[in-house]
Amino acid sequence: MDLLQQLITDYTLRNVALGSAVLGMVAGTLGSFALLRQQSLLGDAVSHAALPGVVIAYMLTGSKAPLVLILGAALAGWVATGLVMLTVANTRIKYDSALGIVLSVFFGFGLVLLTFLQKTPDANQAGLDTFLFGQAAALVHRDVITMSIVGGISIVLIIVFWKEFKMLSFDSDFGKSLGFNMRFADILLTALIVIAIVIGLQTVGVVLMSAMIIAPAAAARQWTNRLSGMIALSALFGAVAGVAGATISSVQSNLPTGPVVVLGAGVIVTVSILFAPARGVVWTWIRQWRNGKRLRMEAVMVDLFTLAAHHHRADYPHDEAVINMMTNITGRSLKTLEALEDRGLATRLGPSQWALTDAGVARVRSILETSGA
Amino acid sequence: MPLTDQRRHAIEVRDLTVAYHEKPVLWDIDLDVPAGVLMAIVGPNGAGKTTLIKAILGLIRTAAGEVSILGHKYKRQRNRVAYVPQRGSVDWDFPTSVLDVVTMGRYGRIGWVRRPSRTDKDLAVKALEKVGMDQFRKRQISELSGGQQQRVFLARALVQDADVYFMDEPFQGVDAVTERAIVEILRDLRRHNKTVVVVHHDLQTVEEYFDYVMLLNIRKIASGPVAEVFNSENLRITYGGRVAFLKPTASADITQSQKPG
Amino acid sequence: MTSVQFEIQLIAILVAVACAIPGVFLVLRKMAMMSDAISHSILPGLVIAFFLTGTLNSPLLIVGATATGLLTVLLVESISKTRLLKEDAAIGLAFPVFFSIGVILIARFAGDIHLDVDSVLLGELAFAPFNRVSLFGRDLGPAAMWTMIVVVVINAAFVAVFYKELKIASFDSGLAAALGFVPAGIHYGLMTLVSATAVAAFDAVGSILVVALIVGPPATAYLLTNRLSVMIGLSILLGMLSAILGYWFAHWLDASIAGAMATMVGVVFVIVLFLAPGRGVAAVWRRRYRQKWTFAEKMLAIHLHHHEGMVDEARENRTAHLQEHFSWDARFAGSVVERAKDDGFVTEGGGLLNLTEAGRALAREAIVQA
Repeated sequence: MDLLQQLITDYTLRNVALGSAVLGMVAGTLGSFALLRQQSLLGDAVSHAALPGVVIAYMLTGSKAPLVLILGAALAGWVATGLVMLTVANTRIKYDSALGIVLSVFFGFGLVLLTFLQKTPDANQAGLDTFLFGQAAALVHRDVITMSIVGGISIVLIIVFWKEFKMLSFDSDFGKSLGFNMRFADILLTALIVIAIVIGLQTVGVVLMSAMIIAPAAAARQWTNRLSGMIALSALFGAVAGVAGATISSVQSNLPTGPVVVLGAGVIVTVSILFAPARGVVWTWIRQWRNGKRLRMEAVMVDLFTLAAHHHRADYPHDEAVINMMTNITGRSLKTLEALEDRGLATRLGPSQWALTDAGVARVRSILETSGA
Repeated sequence: MPLTDQRRHAIEVRDLTVAYHEKPVLWDIDLDVPAGVLMAIVGPNGAGKTTLIKAILGLIRTAAGEVSILGHKYKRQRNRVAYVPQRGSVDWDFPTSVLDVVTMGRYGRIGWVRRPSRTDKDLAVKALEKVGMDQFRKRQISELSGGQQQRVFLARALVQDADVYFMDEPFQGVDAVTERAIVEILRDLRRHNKTVVVVHHDLQTVEEYFDYVMLLNIRKIASGPVAEVFNSENLRITYGGRVAFLKPTASADITQSQKPG
Repeated sequence: MTSVQFEIQLIAILVAVACAIPGVFLVLRKMAMMSDAISHSILPGLVIAFFLTGTLNSPLLIVGATATGLLTVLLVESISKTRLLKEDAAIGLAFPVFFSIGVILIARFAGDIHLDVDSVLLGELAFAPFNRVSLFGRDLGPAAMWTMIVVVVINAAFVAVFYKELKIASFDSGLAAALGFVPAGIHYGLMTLVSATAVAAFDAVGSILVVALIVGPPATAYLLTNRLSVMIGLSILLGMLSAILGYWFAHWLDASIAGAMATMVGVVFVIVLFLAPGRGVAAVWRRRYRQKWTFAEKMLAIHLHHHEGMVDEARENRTAHLQEHFSWDARFAGSVVERAKDDGFVTEGGGLLNLTEAGRALAREAIVQA
């Protein structure tokens, strides 16, 4: 309760939480498209590449207004994206190498500019280096307003061009065959993704921003099979990770915001990958285990049936050891036979003597029929 | 359909040339396809079959040539053309439903920004009924088998309500039942005087399924009614000396190697 | 040049060489971004090993950090094996999480020691010469130099011993498995090298710029050669070049040496990208420019040949019609016709373009050739 009250009344904390929530929502929304278009690592490249943009924007204008820095970052990010695409399209350099070079070289250049500025006397560049790791605590009201407006416009554009962006991400060629200008849609969506990345830089920093683009979307994808549901959930996950991270780090000393937000997002992804119904790893295991059990039972029943057919008597008792030899699943036959007994499909005729029941025989017949044997 | 269309060719391609890095992949293609035929495009791998369809549809840049559909430039006739891309060209794990994918066929009529209406959805359901997939409309597309995916793509093209259909390997990797169903749909389209162009891999079924054929290997080798041009001489030119193709019946050894599996 | 300057450059060169060797195989195997993942996720391993040993100079630090690097590789691979996420998404998720853990550990428990996040991320080569090793009171040089020498030797030895296996595994892992070369073993061997190299180098250049040195020079070399052995050699040379240029660039601006080295990696890459013989952008443009004309002449010949003697000849075979037909602009169409005339393929008479015998041959040849 105390924390909730603080969230509402404490100026700094409110800004931090609001800013992180906006960041998470926008990154979650646009990140979904990045993930679905298989551009997950673009976020990594764009965020690193934004660093020289931030520094150059400051060097040119002398201003640290959030909009100026965001514009510089976005421009650099956009140039980097373009360079990656151009390099891949026109040379034998593959996508992964192009990304690696562009992100590290841009970042290195940004670092040169930053350290160069730091050693220039009377330059008021302090604060630019928060872009490396982000500093949510330094968010002021003005930052939050800027983030909200830019992010809001991006989300409105997503809603307006929903149909076109969906088609672009799923089957761009088909859209083109319908007469849609898919190039325009592509440029617009890429620009929006770049914007989503750069408005988060101040809070989580260039190193960790890529996680904010991927994590909420990757988690949301596991819970739903609808694009609208995925994006809504992704925005929610992003916001939750943002607010939780910002709040936790501000009440604990010595906890940097960016990493806590990323860890929060990481927890959400882990839970989703493991436990999301239908797709989750745990459910897949359970399904496989059940399937395995069913297959073992069917195999044992078919074996009993085959043995019975040799003796021309359905209730001829067979020794467990024989079944063990036939099924190749040594040691498990007894358990399987007992499971069959529980279901009334087999019956124990002696200490280790077994036969199918009538129900069992009927089941085997239907199994053999459906498998076409 | 206006009467004039029936006298004109459904598709007219003149001198179409496509080059990739100034290296020709399609040279100087002339093609006339009469309205109301089922046409197969056959040729070896790398012959430019997919490229030809994409070039006609304006999906890739052409170095030269003109395309007209039903007597007018393609750009004016876009709404009368439907396209079924290769099934493998999209990510089937995309979070969307069967009905949603089929509704995309209406997007061309709906235009930018506006949303699909009730009517558009109803038309999509009808198209799904035609391909026998209406009970799957709520399914996520990754839960479909290869044959079902192909039917969904087909439904998306049907809902475009076009006069000319281009299909890129609709029989690739589908089960026998689906193959039959697709053939039935193609024949139904022909009955309604629609024109269908299919990139086809299985030489054995050309005579059974199609009445018109184009043999392609970067250049056009021949095109015309199956009975006239689908002969061993043309096939040998198309597939080169490597393939000794005599009669379709004696061709099992060749065609099998081109079928998956 | 002072001895400190000399030592810094020597270390920079050693780092570049150590990174370039495994980098060649990452680039060839389209796994360049794995270096990004590894170089970030060694941080928590480093921190934990530091807590355990209490010193920054223990070899256990390298072991611990290398282990977390490998752990990341395993994690990325097992996530993408579930098919729930694609590999690139798994990479982009795994390393920020590992890195975050490292940053938090440092912030919470090691705030007062030398191990601060900035130096992990950015490196500070300028300080490297101050940490020295001595034996029996004799100064042997900077510790970083000896670490990097060891890494270079190990990397070179691994590649020399497993050259054939690495080559096969890089071009065709299926074949390598069939031949019994255990690509999994080679794969994890290579990943261990990348991790160990990243750990050893991060002190000097930081984790992000390690990526520049691992990916940049090999990708640049890839533009210059098709041969693996040449590519390795070129990568090493280009890495060394970037290191020296970077040092003096930083010296001139009084800025971060590591950042300047990465910048120079980019500059070298761009220069090679444009000027590489055969594959460079300039060469490709020149070739395309030349091909554009011969291609246009061929198309003109085919077009004329096609309509020669046909009823539509009078309409089709005019310069004016070419514009419409090929969507050439008037100047280009005119130039093509002029060139074709000069080359003796075409004559113009009565407003009509006529093929010469040579022009007909060109058309026929072009069609057959295709």
